[in-house]
Amino acid sequence: MANAIIKVPKTARRGEVIEIKTLVSHIMETGFRYSTTGTHIPRDIITQLVCRYNGTEIFRADLYPAIAANPFITFFTTATESGTIEFQWTGDNGFSERASAKIDVE
Amino acid sequence: MIADVRTIVFAFAALFFSTFSFAGDIAPADRKSGYDFMTPETKAMQDDDIVNPATLWVLQGETIWNAKAGAANRSCADCHGDAAASMKGVAARYPAYDAARGEPVNLEQRINLCRAEKQQMSRFADESRELLAISAFVARQSRGMPIETGADARLTPFIAKGREIFTRRQGQLNLACAHCHDDNWGKHLAGATIPQGHPNGYPIYRLEWQGLGSLQRRLRGCLVGIRAEPYANGSLDAVALETFLMSRARGMPMESPAVRP
Repeated sequence: MANAIIKVPKTARRGEVIEIKTLVSHIMETGFRYSTTGTHIPRDIITQLVCRYNGTEIFRADLYPAIAANPFITFFTTATESGTIEFQWTGDNGFSERASAKIDVE
Repeated sequence: MIADVRTIVFAFAALFFSTFSFAGDIAPADRKSGYDFMTPETKAMQDDDIVNPATLWVLQGETIWNAKAGAANRSCADCHGDAAASMKGVAARYPAYDAARGEPVNLEQRINLCRAEKQQMSRFADESRELLAISAFVARQSRGMPIETGADARLTPFIAKGREIFTRRQGQLNLACAHCHDDNWGKHLAGATIPQGHPNGYPIYRLEWQGLGSLQRRLRGCLVGIRAEPYANGSLDAVALETFLMSRARGMPMESPAVRP
């Protein structure tokens, strides 16, 4: 089951600015809520997304309780060389999710 | 605080609505999808599969479709094959008449019946992630196709029952569904635009829910809003209302899984 979806162009020209889109499945429970019986619902969020392009970190985002469930994060980068773009989400309760995509740069 | 404001808004709405009767059905040419009332940002969310969070459920549904399960050790795909072909247009026909039960069943009920009878395993719980996922996956195959519910004459008495519920005043606010969704669509209740109430995108990813939900859940939300006792999930009243709403939207294109505010 895919818990994360990413969209990276399959091919790009060298130096081209490319758009990257990511969507990950997560409840993003804020930690500020109480259940109907009054018990505290503990925080359970993704705290970080890191993106590496051939091993080099090109993008990092810290996430906080105000971010909606199933965070969608999109950003731009420059296509420099062919290779792999990797994504890693980490969060509370040992949450970890990975995804990667290959890109051909001409 | 928010609940207090809502109560006041609803109380004023009740006073306002109590002064006149129904304007009648919406003319086919005037019908609008809930999509048409949304902001450009929310439309963009629905339009792009990777931005639409319901895609996460659709992909999970595809996994369920292909997984062998139950005492019969059969997957959905073992009987139905490729969903892109076999499920195309199916969700657009639901709720459909079930001859064995003598009444309509909605898509979620049909999936659970299939699961119990053909796969010989326990049914998915109502509103569970699995049931929503497989429903979203099946409904996704009908995207863009016109709603056909109501073409089957055997549904006629149930559509009439649903219409009766739709136009009946109920709850502490003494409102019928029609007061908002036939007579006052396009206006506002607090910050929310009143849509016409066409169920052409279920299951929906609702921003307020922060997740996917069924039409049954949405109907319960509306009924609680008018301070009425919600119908039990999958009860004949609820399914009849669902059947009427789908037949009322007959001919409109399916958007499942849609995004709604």
